Amino acid sequence: MRRFKRLLPRGRTLVTTVPYLWLLLFFLVPFVIVLKISFSQSAIAMPPYEPLLHWASEKMLQVQLNLGNFAFLVEDNLYWKSYLNSIFVAGVSTLLCLLIGYPMAYAMARSNPSTRNILLLLAVLPFFTSFLLRVYAWIGLLKNNGLVNNALMAMGVIDEPIQMLQTDFAVYIGMVYSYLPFMLLPLYSNLEKMDLTLLEAAADLGCKPWQAFVKVTLPLSLPGVIAGCLLVFIPAVGEFVIPSLLGDPGMLMIGKVLWTEFFNNRDWPVASAVAIALLLFLVLPIMYLDRAQNAANEEGERT
Amino acid sequence: MATSPRATQQKFEPWTDPEAKPYVRIEKITKKFGDFVAVDDVSLDIYKKEIFCLLGASGCGKTTLLRMLAGFERPTSGRIYIDGVDMTTIPPYERPVNMMFQSYAVFPHMTVEQNVAFGLKQEGLARAEITRRVGDMLDLVKLGQFAKRKPHQLSGGQRQRVALARALVKKPKLLLLDEPLAALDKKLREHTQFELINIQETLGVTFIVVTHDQEEAMTLSTRVGLMNHGEIVQVGTPSEMYEYPNSRFVAEFIGQVNMFEGKLIEDEPSYVRIGSADLDAPIYVDHGVSSAPGATVWAAVRPEKIQISREKPDDADNWGAGTVRDIAYMGDVSIYLIKLDSGKIVRVTQPNIFRHADDRITWDERVYVHWHATSPVVVTK
Repeated sequence: MRRFKRLLPRGRTLVTTVPYLWLLLFFLVPFVIVLKISFSQSAIAMPPYEPLLHWASEKMLQVQLNLGNFAFLVEDNLYWKSYLNSIFVAGVSTLLCLLIGYPMAYAMARSNPSTRNILLLLAVLPFFTSFLLRVYAWIGLLKNNGLVNNALMAMGVIDEPIQMLQTDFAVYIGMVYSYLPFMLLPLYSNLEKMDLTLLEAAADLGCKPWQAFVKVTLPLSLPGVIAGCLLVFIPAVGEFVIPSLLGDPGMLMIGKVLWTEFFNNRDWPVASAVAIALLLFLVLPIMYLDRAQNAANEEGERT
Repeated sequence: MATSPRATQQKFEPWTDPEAKPYVRIEKITKKFGDFVAVDDVSLDIYKKEIFCLLGASGCGKTTLLRMLAGFERPTSGRIYIDGVDMTTIPPYERPVNMMFQSYAVFPHMTVEQNVAFGLKQEGLARAEITRRVGDMLDLVKLGQFAKRKPHQLSGGQRQRVALARALVKKPKLLLLDEPLAALDKKLREHTQFELINIQETLGVTFIVVTHDQEEAMTLSTRVGLMNHGEIVQVGTPSEMYEYPNSRFVAEFIGQVNMFEGKLIEDEPSYVRIGSADLDAPIYVDHGVSSAPGATVWAAVRPEKIQISREKPDDADNWGAGTVRDIAYMGDVSIYLIKLDSGKIVRVTQPNIFRHADDRITWDERVYVHWHATSPVVVTK
């Protein structure tokens, strides 16, 4: 009986195995498939690419790796421009989220505990509605005969509607609005657990309140700032819905390019190559940074 | 009880000198949080180079008083003067006062050195000056070799010394210490107590210490201020507090005491006699009390001032008969709990002078407790 028990996986292994299997199945396997497609040649077929492996003769299995898709990304400056523009838009959005989110998170963390929970609830309240619906709602607000323009005209501030929809401005509004909670929550959880006697100590040692903020609060909240920025920046780079619904159709965003390659051009290999390149250039270095940061934190907390 | 090491040195009692000017003057300070009165009309004069202990149970207002001295709380009414300057409304970052926090509040993102240098950088001193003073201070608290470490690499005792160094390096006029030794284990605490006194004497800084531990207060301080419900109940040297408590509360808070309730039978300027139902004989005390005959008073007798004997004492006063209920052997002393015939339990400590004694009084023995006329203190409240 005892031997039988030992054969069964322990509870802890079971609990960690299931999510890992899940990730393996639904993240790693699709990734490998995409990687495979990125090395194949497009064809008018179903699926629209040629297999990597084919029988050259009866006993010879040939692997055909097509590097042309990646070469194409380098040659055509559309891709480079899209990548750079995506990084720029994501960077500005992240910065805006940080500038708006930090004071909000600070105010939440310093409010009294009973209102704190209400504020926290309000911050996550948008998640009760679908992301897509919320972006559509912004169309209703920003369009030429939308709520904002009508209100401004009724007040007599403007005579004719301002073109807001299909501009970069609308994209930034959508980005900041959608991703703000992802900045807010890690910042809040960091600022909330800060020991406030540290600020008293700083005041005691001669710091005015703003100096105490710069010298104590800000450096101690850096892990929260980094976590929040990553949570906003990574999805914002590949963002597709917001620029295509709110932005200028000509706006170059890598997420949109990917969509166009995949659905409009039906060029799956190039689309896959775009996705792989995105992963290699952006996500991997950031993930590495994040892990290094976590390791440093863990060392810092070990006392 | 330990006595202050100052007792062995030259006499340091500026509070007995009517000419001496108080260094810190707390004048009718009251602090209310809503309806709750945390500090109630406290006035105190503290002199230069004193180690003054604010002693009291948690919630008695001692920490609030300390925080008002640091500038973290503003008094509801009253004034605070430090070295003659009104500090009541001065923010903490402009006060010549530094504080050592109970949690130490060492900055976790800075090394030991950076922590200690923090306040000096804030003053805008020259780099060479900062380096020199930080180095000197780290040597004084024996942290020289830990200068480059981060707080999480230090033990509790080392962190405590970082906090102390960080506060002292600014050369404050007044150092406030909030439960400075509470987080240390017993051995380290005793050692640190004496180290703290040495550092204070080297630098000549005035200390105000908040503690709930009466032993710590007795060891460290030149004077103790005992607080209860936001009020100061008694101020005095450790020995005054122990030998001449002014109320039952003080007598019971500081050290152990046997309290006998009774009525004044004879009330003369040079002596009183008290009748107590707890004892077989009246209590005779060789000092007068300003109270009317028939009034209810309490005679407080310390356990070490009581003798136990098998024979009935010859005196007409100051004794009771009972049986030994319990004995606790503590090494240096033994504690006897004796149940008097009245049902009252009396606590007696006897020094264990001899290593071995066959004839020791033991459990369930019939004994008499008695004491000298100089031993009890009579309190009226």
